[in-house]
Formats: sequence, C-alpha cells, structure tokens
Amino acid sequence: MSTLTPSTLYLGTAIALIIVGFAGLLVRRNILKMVLGFALVDTGIHLLIATLGSNPGKAAPILNTAELAADPSLVVDPVPQALVLTAIVIGLGVTALMLAYVVRLFALKKTLDVSEFGRLKW
Amino acid sequence: MKHIFSLVLLLVMGGMLWTLIPLGQPTEPGEVANHYIQHGIEENRGANLVTSVIVNYRGFDTLGEVTVLFLSVAGAGFVLRRRDGLTPMVARPSSEILQTGARMLFAPLIVFGAYIFVHGHLSPGGGFQGGAVVASAVMLLLLADRDHQLPHGFMSWLESVAGFAFVLVGLAGLMVAGSFLSNQGVLPLGTWNRLFSGGVIPVIYILVGLKVGTELSALLDTMMNSGRPAENPGGEH
Repeated sequence: MSTLTPSTLYLGTAIALIIVGFAGLLVRRNILKMVLGFALVDTGIHLLIATLGSNPGKAAPILNTAELAADPSLVVDPVPQALVLTAIVIGLGVTALMLAYVVRLFALKKTLDVSEFGRLKW
Repeated sequence: MKHIFSLVLLLVMGGMLWTLIPLGQPTEPGEVANHYIQHGIEENRGANLVTSVIVNYRGFDTLGEVTVLFLSVAGAGFVLRRRDGLTPMVARPSSEILQTGARMLFAPLIVFGAYIFVHGHLSPGGGFQGGAVVASAVMLLLLADRDHQLPHGFMSWLESVAGFAFVLVGLAGLMVAGSFLSNQGVLPLGTWNRLFSGGVIPVIYILVGLKVGTELSALLDTMMNSGRPAENPGGEH
C-alpha cells in the first residue's frame, strides 16, 4: 500500500462504489433510489472482479498478433473478464425487472416510500 | 439509531473489502486459466480468448445467461402488460434534431452492432455487446417516433429461432464430439485470426447477438409503452 498503482485506485473506486450503493440500499426509503443503489453495488463488483484479473504489464486476452499468438503467456487471465461480461448482462436484466416492479408498485400505492409496502401481498 | 446501525454495518463491510487491496497486485493465471490461454488457439482458433471462454469452454453458462435475460425481459413484460393504474406519461413530440439524427443513425448503428457480434471471436465485443448496440438503435427510433410500431411478430420469431438454434448447435456438438456445445468436428476450425475461424463460436455468438438485440428492443418497447394511457383496442392515439 506504499505506492498508488492503478490497480489500487480501481480497487478503491470499486470498494467506494459498493459501499455507496449499500448505503443507498440501507438508508434511502425511496424504492427508485434503492434500485439505483443496487445498480451501484453491481457496477462496483464488476470493477472489482475486472481489476482482480488485470495486470498492467500484460496485454488484453486477445491473441490477434503473431507475437501474442506465439507466446500466449503475455496476456492476462480471460476468466474474470468473461465472468464480468456475464455479470453485466445479468445485472441489466435484474435492474430492468426491478424497475418494472417499481412502476407497478407506484401504480398500486401512488408512492415510492418503501415503508408503505408492508404487506406481502399486493 | 437505525442510521447508526447502517453506518456500523457499512464500516465493517468497507473494512472487509479493504483487505482485498493487496489482491490488486498482479497475479499469475491459475491452472484452468492457463490451459485456456495456452491451448485456446489450438482448440478453438478464436483470437479472442474471452469469447472462447464464454462461448465454448463455458458455453453452457452462456446458454443459462441468455435464458436469465429472456426470463427477466419476459417478467418485465408480464408486470407492465396491464396498464391500468399506471400514470399516463405526457410526452412532447420529439424535436427535429432527434428525428433527423435517429433517421441518420439507425442504419449505421444496426450495421455496427452486427459488425460487433460477427467479429466477436476476433476483436473486443461479441453477441451481448453487439445486441446492446442494436437495441440502442431501436431505442433511438422509439425516442424519435413514439408511435412507431415495432414488428413484434418478426422479432419474437427471430428470438425464438436464435435461441432454438443455439441449443441445436450445442446438440450437434453432443452428437459429433460427445459433449454438449463441443467445438471439435462440428464445423471446420479454419485459420486463426480470419473471419471464418473458430468453428461454432461465431455461429453461436451471432445467434446470441440476434437474441439479445431483439430481447432488449422488446424490453425498451415494453417500458416505453407502459407510459401510454390504457387504450381501447383499435383506438387511435
């Protein structure tokens, strides 16, 4: 932790995003802002995983030059990037579904305050 | 009191995440990842290793991922289908700039999206990214002309065919090479770094691109239409 490398910076940003997102989830009463908090956590986790799989001294895992194809050990681990790609798509789907629920909940009670929705059945 | 509890919880969580910082130091890929890196070209002929992992090594995951996306889009459509009780959105007609811009950009965006998912095994990008670009073109169209009717019949047909073909390609691998979604012997692997390479990888990624593009377009259409007043069938707007 003595030097501020780009990786440290990315990890710090990722952790900050996750914390801010969870703070939004815990403190806010507005459902829409809670969904935004969830999206922030999501983004933070993507950044975290992508950073854990990065290496400033290596190339992206695309072997499209003769040099890289001859020595594939010059590229970083492709698995975290593949996982993040999956996670982004799933996160998008989940956020869209949550927003649809928010629209439906607002139509029901004409409010977005989460404490108004105490009953399990709509 | 509640906020103090939240603060303590967040601090604990931040402390736990902070211990991850030393992990930010570059690490060497593990055993499995090393196999992907060292044998990726030999086994799949795809230059983009991320695509090889997503479509081939973990292709079954991707099938599940596409299913999850389909389910969430279907869920959103189901939840927003009944418009009673939803507040009608009063929308101003879109501006001249938006209309002209949408007309200009629609075709290039579709072509660009198709380019991204066709070249998924060669360059950054792939089915999901290209599908998102295609959907952004559709969103531009819907923003410019709120009454635009998307060809729903064609879109759901395309989506079903793409999803079905993905499974069929997987079954072809099962029949030829004995494992679902296998890339060995189904299609010729071709030459590395050429458009026609990678065996079934580009085929699957094109199918995924079509599926994701139509799904996200349908999602955007559902969400935009949920703001319309509940109209009687055949009524005009």
